[in-house]
Amino acid sequence: MESFAYVRADSLAEAAEAFAAHPGARYLGGGTNLVDLMKLGVERPTALVDVTRLPLDRVTELPDGSLRIGALVRNSDLAAHPRVRDGWPALSQAVLAGASGQLRNAATTGGNLLQRTRCPYFQDVSKPCNKRRPGSGCGAREGVHRDHAVLGASEQCIAAHPSDMAVALAALDAEVELYGTAGVRRVAAADFHRLPGAHPERDTVIEPGELVTAVLLPAASAGAPSAYRKARDRASYAFALASVAAVLEVADGVVAHVGIAFGALAHRPWRARLAEEALLGAAPTRAAFERAADLELAAARPLRDNAYKVPLARNLAVDVLSRLVPDQEDS
Amino acid sequence: MGTEHGPRSSPHRSDTTLRVNGKPHTLSVDHRRVLLDLLREDLDLTGAKKGCDHGQCGACTVLVDGRRVNSCLLLAVTLDGCDVTTVEGLSGDGEGPHPLQRAFLERDAFQCGYCTPGQICSAVGVLAEAEAGHPSHVTDPSAPSGRPVPLDRDEIRERLSGNLCRCGAYPRIVDAVEDVNGTGHNPRT
Amino acid sequence: MTALGAPAERLEGPEKVTGAARYAAEHPLAGRLFARPVPATVARGRVTGVDVSAALALPGVVAVLMPDDAPRLAEPGDPTLTVLQNPDVPHRGWFVALVVADSPEAARAGADAVHVEYAEESHDVTLRAGHPRAYVPEELNGTYPGERRQGDAEGAFAAAAVRVDVGYRVPPLHNHPMEPHASTAHWDGERLTVHTSSQGTTAVRTTLARMFGLAEERITVVAEHVGGGFGSKGTPRPDVVLATMASWHTGRPVTVVLPRRMMPTSVGHRAPTLHRLRLGADRDGRLTSLTHDVTTHTSRIKEFVEYAAVPARVMYAAPNQHTVHRVVRLDVPTPSWMRAPGEAPGMYALESAMDELADALGMDPVEVRIRNEPDAEPDSGKPFSSRHLVECLREGARRFGWEGRAPVPRARADGPWLLGTGVAAATYPVQVYPSAAAAQALPDGSFLVEVNAADIGTGARTVLAQIAADALDVPLERVRIRVGSSDLPAAPLAGGSSGTASWGWAVHEACGRLAARLAAHRGPLPEQGLRERADTEGTADAESAFARHAFGAHFAKVAVDSVTGEVRVRRLLGVYAAGRVLNPRTARSQFVGAMTMGLGMALTEGSTMDAAFGDFPEADLAGYHVPAHADVPDIEAHWIDEHDPHLNPVGGKGIGEIGIVGTAAAVGNAVHHATGVRLRELPLTPDRVLTGLLETGRPGPDRPGPG
Repeated sequence: MESFAYVRADSLAEAAEAFAAHPGARYLGGGTNLVDLMKLGVERPTALVDVTRLPLDRVTELPDGSLRIGALVRNSDLAAHPRVRDGWPALSQAVLAGASGQLRNAATTGGNLLQRTRCPYFQDVSKPCNKRRPGSGCGAREGVHRDHAVLGASEQCIAAHPSDMAVALAALDAEVELYGTAGVRRVAAADFHRLPGAHPERDTVIEPGELVTAVLLPAASAGAPSAYRKARDRASYAFALASVAAVLEVADGVVAHVGIAFGALAHRPWRARLAEEALLGAAPTRAAFERAADLELAAARPLRDNAYKVPLARNLAVDVLSRLVPDQEDS
Repeated sequence: MGTEHGPRSSPHRSDTTLRVNGKPHTLSVDHRRVLLDLLREDLDLTGAKKGCDHGQCGACTVLVDGRRVNSCLLLAVTLDGCDVTTVEGLSGDGEGPHPLQRAFLERDAFQCGYCTPGQICSAVGVLAEAEAGHPSHVTDPSAPSGRPVPLDRDEIRERLSGNLCRCGAYPRIVDAVEDVNGTGHNPRT
Repeated sequence: MTALGAPAERLEGPEKVTGAARYAAEHPLAGRLFARPVPATVARGRVTGVDVSAALALPGVVAVLMPDDAPRLAEPGDPTLTVLQNPDVPHRGWFVALVVADSPEAARAGADAVHVEYAEESHDVTLRAGHPRAYVPEELNGTYPGERRQGDAEGAFAAAAVRVDVGYRVPPLHNHPMEPHASTAHWDGERLTVHTSSQGTTAVRTTLARMFGLAEERITVVAEHVGGGFGSKGTPRPDVVLATMASWHTGRPVTVVLPRRMMPTSVGHRAPTLHRLRLGADRDGRLTSLTHDVTTHTSRIKEFVEYAAVPARVMYAAPNQHTVHRVVRLDVPTPSWMRAPGEAPGMYALESAMDELADALGMDPVEVRIRNEPDAEPDSGKPFSSRHLVECLREGARRFGWEGRAPVPRARADGPWLLGTGVAAATYPVQVYPSAAAAQALPDGSFLVEVNAADIGTGARTVLAQIAADALDVPLERVRIRVGSSDLPAAPLAGGSSGTASWGWAVHEACGRLAARLAAHRGPLPEQGLRERADTEGTADAESAFARHAFGAHFAKVAVDSVTGEVRVRRLLGVYAAGRVLNPRTARSQFVGAMTMGLGMALTEGSTMDAAFGDFPEADLAGYHVPAHADVPDIEAHWIDEHDPHLNPVGGKGIGEIGIVGTAAAVGNAVHHATGVRLRELPLTPDRVLTGLLETGRPGPDRPGPG
């Protein structure tokens, strides 16, 4: 790790200014991934702009019933927040399914979104990786890729996004608020992360210097039944092999609203729009869930060692959706 | 712009003040230095251990402002004004060891001892988090929010899963935490 | 007497729970430097140039040692220690430079800035059965012969009424003790002091003396507290050579801590093993033929052969046996000891095959094992000094509630969870080595016992003090014990489950002599007290007329999630016959700890040799999954009283390793019982289990639960 300058920002404007003044700077939140990557030599910032003292550490209920989660709210506080647990349980469950108690105490909401893939070739600077060094190649495609993407991958990159939290946000129609020199904008959580395409070095749609300031949970999904489930190699403290977040509302015996997102299958949380379309207005039966999952996963293009992810994701989706069906509707 | 740290002669160091185990320390900190190395190399507090240096084992767990964290991933310069408690400071000014330290001894909840300070600091955090109503992955989602979470063995296991122990002392560690939490049974031996 | 057999608390416990215990990197000597190795980034080749200018220009970097200018050392006898002595790169991760700096941060930055040029050669790192360069080695690790035959295994197999012919695969496994390998070296004139994380510092001293051309008397190697080893610290590893070299070069104390990610390629690993088992039996379940054929790898620089077919020479009464090891020299890091080397992977395969035999016979797997109990050790014909495997199986079955187990697989479910139980036997050889020890009676009525034992978490200090107290016939509180320094009487390493027997024998003798002398002594003790020494050379290593092994039985209950293929061990129980158990508190911790590692071997642990790059992509503790708290249920360890007069004066057989032997088979057999799927490659991760379930065409429980 090379030396770097350190700037502690006291306001958003100061943060942006400091970022602009230091080419090669990075914003520093909880640091649980950034410091890790700096030690590996994957990230080599010239300066860190510490944003942890900005007043973005609150969860606020807005008048319209939506919830505003400051980007610096720690993962553990987000998961424990009564309004989150009661209103958007999939989000709390997703956060608690990730990392460890210690890491959740340090990691922030914004940082969780911006964490980078755990592809071992990305993390090893002695090996080729198009995400880390564009044009250098991909070690995973022919190498160890059991954990890698089956949906939306490109010739250049098969990495999977590691976040659990982001999967829940995608399913719940959350939005990400970004602050930049051009002002404030909002992006749908499901569109915040990119597919790799020809530019795997870009994980998200964030522009240089932009800062995640908040995540917004819509009033529309407040209180709707939602859940998150994850499969992994250890019973705890391991990244997902596959995961599913879903929200499901049933009215008059048919699906009135559904949001489904898969984790660990793609370069971003994979919002299952095809499955949702198939379910909307249909009876919430196990067979319907199976058909919907199959429809979505038909696009999967597994590699030598990750074909298991397709049935795993299917089973998880069917299981989570089945559990969300109100008792009297269960068929 | 924000506070640019470090004297002009050295843009890569900053004066940083932390309170460690109740005692204030002001140091000129290399920006690259993480809290773990500050404790071990600057203050000679070697109780917090370096097992992986990447937040993957928990041996470096300490309490910062009362919350358990991996000290290997926290840049020390960011902690100006913070209150740090390490395994050396758990007993405070009290006489004798912290109840968890005593329980670990009584239960033989360790072998090589290298993960032990982290396990103990983590357990201190677990007890506080459960008391504050923080749920875990195994907490029933329908349990009421904001009330203390009862810690059964599955809860303790899940909450301590960020602390690896290669000697395999896990069941005894759970025993020790149960003892202090008041939910344990009496030692068998 | 009363000390032995009592659950004495660990003597060093208070230091460990308060953070006061100091490990190898925790000695803040004045002027200390920190060094970080630079690993090779090619799988095979030669260093053609090292550009250190950028590294040396960094603040805090003091020196960079390279293959062409590092201090020249004598041949160590262990090629893995020949670091920075020549430009050859035998495998990826081999150390090609060492950056010495005044802080860990500067050392890291310096190592990142070193630029190494290589002449790269083509490499082969892929192990496969039938590899054209596979050969049968003369001798395996542990000095066992590579191949043994009894009778006509092939013919008897062809003629057998019931046959099992199956293959198993065990991946590379990594010790990953929580404390990384670390050494702090300090030269003071012609005197060298080293703190190192080691399972035995007597051997470290011998190696350093040879390599650095120094008399042993000028070297002190200390390992007061050791954060686990599990075999990977059994012999000196590169960290201690590098630290000593860097301290010599700079004239200042130097600490080398191997970064976690460098450990898989630099401190040894359990080599992957490919097994073929052929069991032939009559219809009553009696084995007529047993063949265990193992293929494994070693590195280009050292022949280390995981002796996985050796336990088959001990276990069952098959009149026709063939056990053979084939090894391929590949461009891979050098494998080494990992807890129960040979026995752990070998008994996974053998005990899984025994389960398959029970299946083929339609017989209870406990009963099949009992039917094949031999009268003497099958390979040597020697009588067993004691063997209570059958008692372990029966006692385990009783405690576990084995009776009434569903005779067919896939009979029980709990919602989406498929439930099953499994059993496997365990064995581990009794090993004992010569050791010296000293005992001193002091005028204040206390006793000082000295032996260069290593307490790597086993509780060696405590149990040796108990042995001393009994031999001296005094209360434990009056015994002080010093271990973990090469200045103490020379002793063998903590390995092969031999420590307590080896050191304890010498302690017992020294204390016995001292007690006799005290009994004859009249009047007050002289100021320096009375001191006696013992050395068991020639007695402890005497050839025994008996085959001496510990035995055990493991029982597992698992739940397999039919939705995800995730496996959870709900119960794990071991019963052991391991001679006399000297301290039930610390013994139970060792049994449970080894069973936990066996659980990891079964379900979560394993790495991959990357064919393109020649290293293990699962290099850190996020990628290589040692079990976490949530994976481990309440584990039960029991033992039966075993009095074996043919062992050693303290009567123990060694307990550190047997808990990992057969555990993975018990879990795997339980997964088969739960699912009906026979998975023959470890670990049993969700990808494999779910794929297996889907292949049966019955992916879920037969009677789906609600929801």
